[in-house]
Amino acid sequence: MTAPTTTLPVGRAVRAASKEEFRRAFKRNLTAHGFLIGAVLCFSFFSWYPMVREFLLAFQKTEGGATRWVGWDNFRHVFQDPGFWQAWRNTLLFTGLALVLGFLLPFVVAVVLNEFRHAQGYLRLLVYLPVMMPPVASVLLFKYFYDPGYGLFNRALEFLHLPAQDWLQSGDTAMLSVVIASTWMNMGSATLIYLAALQGIPGELYEAAELDGAGLLRKIWHVTVPQTKLILSLMLLMQIIATMQVFTEPFLLTGGAGPEGSTTTVVVLIYQYAFSFNQYGGAAALGLCLLVLLAGFSALYVRLSRDNES
Amino acid sequence: MSERTLISPAQLGRTRGKILYWTVLAVVVTGFTVVFLGPLYWMVANGLKSTEEFARVPPTLVPHSAHTANYTAAWEVMDLARLLFNTLYYAFGALAFQLVLDVGAAYSLSRLRPVLGKAVLGMMLATLMIPAAVLVVPQYLTVLDVPLIQRNLLNSPWVIWLPSVTNAFNIFLLKRFFDSVPQEILDAASIDGASALRTLRSVVLPMSRPVLGVVSIFAVVGVWKDFLWPMLTLPDPALQTLNVGIYSLSTGVPENHLIAALAMACAPTLLVFLVFQRNIMSGLTAGSLKG
Repeated sequence: MTAPTTTLPVGRAVRAASKEEFRRAFKRNLTAHGFLIGAVLCFSFFSWYPMVREFLLAFQKTEGGATRWVGWDNFRHVFQDPGFWQAWRNTLLFTGLALVLGFLLPFVVAVVLNEFRHAQGYLRLLVYLPVMMPPVASVLLFKYFYDPGYGLFNRALEFLHLPAQDWLQSGDTAMLSVVIASTWMNMGSATLIYLAALQGIPGELYEAAELDGAGLLRKIWHVTVPQTKLILSLMLLMQIIATMQVFTEPFLLTGGAGPEGSTTTVVVLIYQYAFSFNQYGGAAALGLCLLVLLAGFSALYVRLSRDNES
Repeated sequence: MSERTLISPAQLGRTRGKILYWTVLAVVVTGFTVVFLGPLYWMVANGLKSTEEFARVPPTLVPHSAHTANYTAAWEVMDLARLLFNTLYYAFGALAFQLVLDVGAAYSLSRLRPVLGKAVLGMMLATLMIPAAVLVVPQYLTVLDVPLIQRNLLNSPWVIWLPSVTNAFNIFLLKRFFDSVPQEILDAASIDGASALRTLRSVVLPMSRPVLGVVSIFAVVGVWKDFLWPMLTLPDPALQTLNVGIYSLSTGVPENHLIAALAMACAPTLLVFLVFQRNIMSGLTAGSLKG
């Protein structure tokens, strides 16, 4: 900025300049907020306001249209529900099984696929196919496969001279059956992400490991795993966050409850509280419990993915 | 491909290595085909069976006679054309809303930097910490009676479109991409007298094709795969999505008809996927790696 002609009274010039600047800044802000307003309104109505409402609901009771503040009553009520603890046990079981299958399996598959010089495109396509199917179609398909009578799985076991299973019909195997179906439906995306990560590993690292006399497993442990550590930990967190919120698979495969309530997960219970028992307060209290448990994982995830970029 | 991986080329070159490689490859290719393509074949084949053949034990591998009537019956009884149209309508509407509003927001936060922009971004990112399942109940109560406008959004497409905009992940992805556009190019545009909208349209967006592709895939696949939200908010059977419609009709139709319907429900996206698989898969991994 060059100084204005000195003959003019300085004060007025400055005032005029700042006025002009203010006008420009105001206009710039107006444009900027204009671009922002649509998303902000959507967030306000469908994200921020429901978030506040979730907290309020957990301490309120709605009866016949009247809302009343009940303090920790909803929590007390939910904690006393035997279904509450069972739902948590089921959810943890699902998460545990899903970590063994849904987290490990895609990695193993990706490591194997990455070695192939042939048919890799075809195999990638296959593993990703279920991800593109409407989940309800996959679930109903699995329902047929699990059928103890004419189901395909028991026919296969019979063929291998193994004992038939009850799959979804027994409390012991119901959750495992849900996890198997869920893994089939979802493992494609994780596999592709791992494959992309594996392709970024410099080949020299393997050469160096070989010179040091490392075998196959040692190469995986000392090169492949450390090189993909960040992606692996991100996927682990994401898997935990996602599986603790599982709903569609148990709800559709077993109607939500399963034999002896063996597949009622926490989110299924939230659904039941809200939409079967009409107890929004209980549902919200349960939701807050889930939120508290998962917030830590989410924070860690956001932190790690920020490190990942820089 | 010359890029070397876990197993050294020398090891693969030996006879033993070659035998092992081809054996493992054969086993994996067969296994994958059975595990991932098998169910699709089962669906198409069993959809063609007669009721009597469908119930037969042991099941037949190839249907004796093709009952294509199952497919036409399922198509009409379950009104698949409508369900499919609904799903596409919601998915592409959500895509349009996300592209316009999320891109606008990300551009504003990245380039125009308004007062309180940082706080708004922070609040948007904070929603990533809230598990989606926790918000379903209060969100449902909100769309029953949206505050200020006092409207019930149940059974209207807005109930899918508007909440889909609240995707902090997309905004984050877009903002980071816009951040990387060189400032000199934008300065040049502004010296030429381009307005903010013009700069976005003619300079920033054409450079952002990859990230727009990723966001679009997420938007469409998100609606395509969602079940709980549309089940709650679209109770009218005529307005339901494919997932919800098939679920609610699944108990009332003969089994071989239902399976034929499943096969048809899977067909469109599988076709789209086969055509665009290269873009879809690279887009997905790009998004997930950078996000």
